Amino acid sequence: MSTGQSRKYKVIGTRPVRHDGVDKVTGRAKYGADVRLTGMLYAAMLRSPHAHARIKRIDTSKAAAVPGVRAVVTSADLPEQGDRIVELGEGAANMPHLSSNILARDKVLYRGHAVAAVAADNIHIAEEAVKLIQVEYEILPPEMDVVKAMRSGASILHDDLRTEFASPSSGDSGPTNVAKQYLFEKGDVAAGFSRSEVVVEREFDTATVHQGYIEPHNATALWNPDGKITVWMSTQGAFSARQQTAEVLRVPVSSVKVVPMEIGGGFGGKIPIYLPPVAAVLSRKSGRPVKLVMQRADVFEATGPTPGSHIRLKMGVSKDGKIQAAEAWMAFEAGAYPGSPVGMACMCVFACYDIPNGRIEGYDVCVNRPRTFAYRAPGSTHVAFAIESVIDEICQKIGIDPAEFRLKNGAREGTRRVDGPTFPRVGMVETVEAIKNSAHYRTPLTGKNRGRGIASGFWFNVGLKSSVTATVNNDGTVSLVEGSTDIGGTRTSIAMQLAETLGIAAEDVNPTVADTDSVGYTDITGGSRVTFATGIAAVEAAKEIQRQLVERAALLWDCDPKAACYVDGGVQGPDGKRIGFKELAEKLHLTGGAVIGNGTSSAAQQGGAFGTHCVDLEVDPDTGKVQILRYTIAQDAGTAIHPSYVEGQMQGGVVQGIGWALNEEYFYDEQGSMRNATFLDYRMPTTYDVPMIDTIIVEVPDPAHPYGVRGVGEVPICPPPAAIANAIRAAVGVRMRELPMSPPRLLAEILKAQTK
Amino acid sequence: MSRKRVVSATINGDLVEFLCEPRQTLLEVLRNVLELTGAKEGCSNGNCGACTVLMNGRPVVSCLVLAMEAEGAEIRTIEGVACGSHLDEVQQAFLQGAALQCGICTPGFIMQTEALLAENPQPSEDEIRFYLAGNLCRCTGYDKIVRAVQSAAAQRQQASHSTQATR
Ligand code: FES
Ligand code: FES
Repeated sequence: MSTGQSRKYKVIGTRPVRHDGVDKVTGRAKYGADVRLTGMLYAAMLRSPHAHARIKRIDTSKAAAVPGVRAVVTSADLPEQGDRIVELGEGAANMPHLSSNILARDKVLYRGHAVAAVAADNIHIAEEAVKLIQVEYEILPPEMDVVKAMRSGASILHDDLRTEFASPSSGDSGPTNVAKQYLFEKGDVAAGFSRSEVVVEREFDTATVHQGYIEPHNATALWNPDGKITVWMSTQGAFSARQQTAEVLRVPVSSVKVVPMEIGGGFGGKIPIYLPPVAAVLSRKSGRPVKLVMQRADVFEATGPTPGSHIRLKMGVSKDGKIQAAEAWMAFEAGAYPGSPVGMACMCVFACYDIPNGRIEGYDVCVNRPRTFAYRAPGSTHVAFAIESVIDEICQKIGIDPAEFRLKNGAREGTRRVDGPTFPRVGMVETVEAIKNSAHYRTPLTGKNRGRGIASGFWFNVGLKSSVTATVNNDGTVSLVEGSTDIGGTRTSIAMQLAETLGIAAEDVNPTVADTDSVGYTDITGGSRVTFATGIAAVEAAKEIQRQLVERAALLWDCDPKAACYVDGGVQGPDGKRIGFKELAEKLHLTGGAVIGNGTSSAAQQGGAFGTHCVDLEVDPDTGKVQILRYTIAQDAGTAIHPSYVEGQMQGGVVQGIGWALNEEYFYDEQGSMRNATFLDYRMPTTYDVPMIDTIIVEVPDPAHPYGVRGVGEVPICPPPAAIANAIRAAVGVRMRELPMSPPRLLAEILKAQTK
Repeated sequence: MSRKRVVSATINGDLVEFLCEPRQTLLEVLRNVLELTGAKEGCSNGNCGACTVLMNGRPVVSCLVLAMEAEGAEIRTIEGVACGSHLDEVQQAFLQGAALQCGICTPGFIMQTEALLAENPQPSEDEIRFYLAGNLCRCTGYDKIVRAVQSAAAQRQQASHSTQATR
């Protein structure tokens, strides 16, 4: 369902079959693990069995002596990094941290931390040889809990780490696990609370969760004797992977070529690199191409989960239901190296609302878990759970409908966030209205142990840089070369924008995702940016083609190009002359050869995405199991280019959010070993766990995009945990403040409430 | 390392002989020896369904089948679903219904659906969800996958009615 206005377009808003679809339903599409090169070796990695230990000695001689083993590497084979900080497209990277996360140097900081690698004639030899590598460890106590790791006397992960305070005058922290403090303030918080009728303050905990993409990380590398390195891999950003690989290996970026293969899911987890430098040094040592693919347990134990967190949130509301003040304190697990999304969490926590007085304080804290990374709207889901739960409680206390409360306090154009920026035109209240008017919300829910909850969420959406090149073929089609890896149908959403601008069919555009030698610089597929920013680049390329075609037509008509213009899929000239795109394309060879349009996007900033969700569920009071009965999501997509893939993003995000809410978590034992590193025990939602997910596409166009696009990929994951917690409260009267709200946790709360 | 053996099986209608070690799984042989990389490896311990193929008509997770167990068996993989250049109803329904995003789970879902529809040509939504619960998809939230299966079932029903009518 769509509240749509996009009918004014010919291509935009339609649902063509995606260009890479046939390859993907016939098994022909080549993903990273499908790469096969002549003479290719297979590699395996040795990983730390300890969560925290000093590496005293590594002896690889026995492994190297196994017949069929061609190369063995450790961190000694990677260059020293000094204390370099390098600017990557999506932020700065601390090079010693990045490098020692790829192969541990003097310390292992989490179980599963890579220590050494072996390349051999086949994977079985490599795996056997890895077991023969001897490592002497000095075991240190692990620090697993984010709050405990902040205390003085905690076991220290990095001897040289000092807290970067929000105000530089705060002095030296001494050795610590607290990497960074964030602080944002607006107005007079104390005065705001004193004006409040109702003040609610609560604490929340959320578990470490994994992005859970089905395709494990992989990389195949060839280091040629001429110094050129080629990497075939699944990545969310070929250019980012190229730069990270080059920086770790300390070679010029231009000597690395990354060939992005089809990618089997990422959700933020395939922005960092783990394998390419290892495969590359194994290739250099062996003189052969080397393929490295992770096992599922490695993916869980050693690749970016998203952090667990502890959040304290306080909100004050006056009698008329207006928010007067709000305060949040939060600590996020960074994992082994600094860099959790706590800064973004701080900026998201109050973003859905107009809050006159606010204070936000956040901490990035190292613990002996894998280095955490982005997962779909990184940081925002955690804080949405906290604020949307507190709001629900306030609504209950003052007796106001939760949708009404959100309409009254929702962020609008001109609302200034606590962290500073002022919103342009956004669709927060429109999504609340869409839910309020939905058949779902208007149908009363009946039945025992059943409840309904709503919640909203926000995500920034980023712009960053994109490039495309479009070439007109003389049969009237266009070849579109782009740098954005396609995780969920973006080849088509970009091609559709080019087609719309040229007035041709989506099927007449042939999109290709190119390697880093074949297209201009393009940032990652992430931040809900591709349909927006690479879309802008495609529109720019189409406009360039329009200009050239006008010149070609003027040549044919022997008139001044200024007397002609491009309209409706063709060029219009003086005296009612007109030539269609196809006809003109056929004449390219006669009028000067190829027509090529280049497009880039770099400056455009997105306005932000909002969504509001409504869920009905039933709790089994004997087991604590929650069954989702009905789910509706309303989200502002600006302009939906391909509605099916917009709905798909919304539905996929919701179901990931349901998993986060109800089941997913890392279980660690006292030694810091993850005890559930399989898909059986790390319980992601299956078909049988969820109902159909009803979607309402709200369209409040983003003025920063020529067609009004807003990114849609991330914000749908934010509201589900809070909406579900609110519905559980309505169903059985208990308020869950810890994620996941798994059967044992919920049952314990139900029993506690009964004995009260 | 024990000795390699020759195994013969019918794969997508062709009699195929291949050499394998006792420790190699059917998935490894399909992908690395026979170059049928359509079956995907998501977990290699039977939990994700990305490696699903049909063995004597039944869906199996090929990462948990030893290649030697395929001796004499009839195997069908995603590469054998389309007839020449004609996609079958299930493939067509996944395409039309946008039932894939990254597509890594798609071969497994299509094979599992083939088995479902062969067993139960008119499954209810609940039966579909139950039968596909061993196949994980992290991208779609399953909505469009379940709808694609429903539409493939309807298409197939229609096709079999119309062939009956023309008989
Ligand atoms: S790879 Fe076989 S079930 Fe996951
Ligand atoms: S489409 Fe990506 S896992 Fe299913």
